[in-house]
Amino acid sequence: MSVTAPLSAPIELAFDYTRSVGPTLGRFMTGLAEGRIVGVRASDGRVFVPPVEYDPLTGAAVSEFVDVADEGSVISWTWAPSPLEGQPLQTPFAWVLVKLDGADTSILHALDVSGPDAVSTGMRVRVRWAGERVGAITDIVCFEPAEGPRTDITRTTVEPVEIVTTPVSMSVMHSASGNETTYLQGLERGKLIGQRCPQCKKVYIPPRGACPVDGVPTVENVELPDRGIVTTFCVVNVPFMGQKIQPPYVAAYVLLDGADIALMHLILECDAADVRMGMRVEAKWRPESEWVPGLQNIEYFRPTGEPDADYDSFKEHL
Amino acid sequence: MRDVAVVGFAQSPQVRRTDGTTNGVEMLIPIFAEVYEKLGITKSDIGFWCSGSSDYLAGRAFSFISAIDAIGPVPPINESHVEADGAWALYEAWCKIQTGDVDTALIYGFGKSSAGNLPRTMALQLDPYTLAPLLPDSVAVAGLQARLGIDAGLWSEADMAEVAVRSRRDAESNPYAQLRGSKDAAELLTDGYLADPLRRHDVAPITDGAAVIVLAAEDRARELSANPAWITGIEHRVDSANLGARDLTTSASTVAAARAAGIDGVEVAELYTPFTHQELLLRRDLGLGDHVRITPSGGALAGNPMFATGLVRIGEAAAHISSGAAGKVLAHATSGPALQQNLVCVLEGRS
Repeated sequence: MSVTAPLSAPIELAFDYTRSVGPTLGRFMTGLAEGRIVGVRASDGRVFVPPVEYDPLTGAAVSEFVDVADEGSVISWTWAPSPLEGQPLQTPFAWVLVKLDGADTSILHALDVSGPDAVSTGMRVRVRWAGERVGAITDIVCFEPAEGPRTDITRTTVEPVEIVTTPVSMSVMHSASGNETTYLQGLERGKLIGQRCPQCKKVYIPPRGACPVDGVPTVENVELPDRGIVTTFCVVNVPFMGQKIQPPYVAAYVLLDGADIALMHLILECDAADVRMGMRVEAKWRPESEWVPGLQNIEYFRPTGEPDADYDSFKEHL
Repeated sequence: MRDVAVVGFAQSPQVRRTDGTTNGVEMLIPIFAEVYEKLGITKSDIGFWCSGSSDYLAGRAFSFISAIDAIGPVPPINESHVEADGAWALYEAWCKIQTGDVDTALIYGFGKSSAGNLPRTMALQLDPYTLAPLLPDSVAVAGLQARLGIDAGLWSEADMAEVAVRSRRDAESNPYAQLRGSKDAAELLTDGYLADPLRRHDVAPITDGAAVIVLAAEDRARELSANPAWITGIEHRVDSANLGARDLTTSASTVAAARAAGIDGVEVAELYTPFTHQELLLRRDLGLGDHVRITPSGGALAGNPMFATGLVRIGEAAAHISSGAAGKVLAHATSGPALQQNLVCVLEGRS
C-alpha cells in the first residue's frame, strides 16, 4: 500500500435560502424596504428592534408596532481589520451594537469609520440606507457617524414583504481518506482498486476508513476487474436542471466481480427497459488523455451480452 | 431517577489540522479502541450510541452517517445524533438510560474545524433574518460582548490576559492540549488587537479533535469502574436568539442551568469558555470563588475541537472524581453566540 498524503480539494457550497418572514418580521422587512425602522412594544413597555414575534415575558403574540429612529447610540463595538467576503463593508470597519432612539434593544451591524480611534461607546450613529431596497437587513448598508449632511433617501410605500432570500455559501477543503486516496489514484491510472477488511475479509470499493461491520480500516489492496453485474437499478424518467442524458436512462448498482459492495453508475448503450437484475456489464472508459483521480473516468457501464448471473449469487449484496 | 455515571473517557490529540476526512473516522477509531480497552468491553456491551457533530463544519450533508462506520454498526445499532456539541449528545444518552431501555451508552463528538473558515461558518448559526446575512463572525460577536463587560467595569483586558496565561500554563500538564505554556500577561498585552478589545490570546485556537465518553447505570457502572463519576445534576437552558435583546454581560441560561443542577460545594469547574472574558463572566455569574479550581485542563483556550469541546469538559471533570482528587465537580458546555445555550453537569463521587 503506497503511503502518500491524502488527496484534498476545495469545495464551494452555496444555496439561496428563501424564508417566509411572517407577520412580525414581515413588518420589519417591509419597513426597511420603505426606509423606516419598525419595532414592537412588549407588555413591559420595552420596544424590541428587530421585533420579536412573541412577548418575552408573557409569551403572547405581539401587536403594537412602533417606528423608531434611524439614528442612535453605539452601546458596544469591535474592530474588523480584515473584512470577510460577504460582510457589509470590504474595507476595515467596526461591528457595532446600536440602540436606536426609541428602542430598548440593540441592533448589530457595521459602522463605516476610518479606524478604531474613530469609534467609541456612546457615539451617535445613523443608518446609511441602500439606494435600492428590497426588504432585507442589507437594506441598511451600514451605520455612519451622525454628523454632517446626510444623503436624502426616497421613502416610498411598498407591498408587504413576505419572503427574504438569503444566499449562504461556504468553502471547505475536503480531504479524501488515505484509503480513498489509493482508490482515486488507481482510477487515474485506469485501475479499480478496492481493499479487503482484515477481519470479515469483505472487499470494499471504494476502500473504507472503517469497515461498517468491524469498525477497522480496510488495508489490503485488491485490484478489481472493470466488469460485473447489475444488482439493483432505477429508471430515471424525471428531467432536472443540469441533466446530461436524455431520459429515460438507468442508474444502477454495479457489483464488480470480486467486490462485496456495489458502485453506483449509469447503464447505457441499451434500452432502459432491457436492464435487469443480474445483467452482466462492463465499463466504458473515457479516453486516457481525460483521466483524472475520479470515477468519472468511467463514462458508464454497458451490457456485455454474457448470460445473466443467478439471483442467488448476488442476493446478499442487495 | 436512575443513578448514571461517567465510567470511561478518551480524547484525541487536539491539533491545528489533521489529514483526515471531515467525517471524523480517523480520529474516532483510536479513541473508541482506547475506551474499550480501559473498560474491558467491546461494542456489543454498548446499549445506545449518540454523537454530536455538524454538517456545517464538515461541508457535507449527513456527515455523521459516515462517522458511524467507526463503530462497525452492522448488525444495526441503537443510535442517535445531535447537531450540537457532544455534551448535548450525552444529555440525550442520559435521558435514554433514564427510560430504562439501556444500561450503557457511548457518546462521541468530533469536528474538523480546519476544513473551513471557522469564525465565518459560526456566523451561519445566527438569526437567519437579521444577523446571518451580515456574516458577523464568532470573534466579532465575542468582541462586542467583551467590550460590554469592560465598559461596565466587570473585567479588564489585563484580567482577560491573566485567564489566557493560566489556561495555557495549566495545559502544560495536559498531553492532549494544542497550546501549552504562555508568556506573562504583561508581555501578552503588548500584542496588537485581533478584534479590539480581543487579542489573539483571548481567542480559542482552531482545533481538530474528537472525544468519547461511556455512561453506565447503577450496578453496571460499579462493574465498569472502581470509582464512577455519578451525574447528580444535568441541565441545559437557552437564551434568546435576539442577540441585541440579551444582556451580554451575563449568561442567564447558564445561571438557570446551574441552579437547577445544584452546584453548591463544587471543588473543580471545567468551563467551556472559548474567549477569555467568558471565563470571567461565568465565574462571576456562578459565584465560583477562589477555592474552586477553574478548568485545570486548560480548557477551550488551549484546544477547541468544535462539537467535542463540551464533551471533553465532562470527561476532564469526571477524571477528578475517578482519581479521587475531588468529591464534587461541575462541567459546563456552551453553544450558540456569546454563551447563548448552556449545559451544566454536576458529578460526584461516592465512597
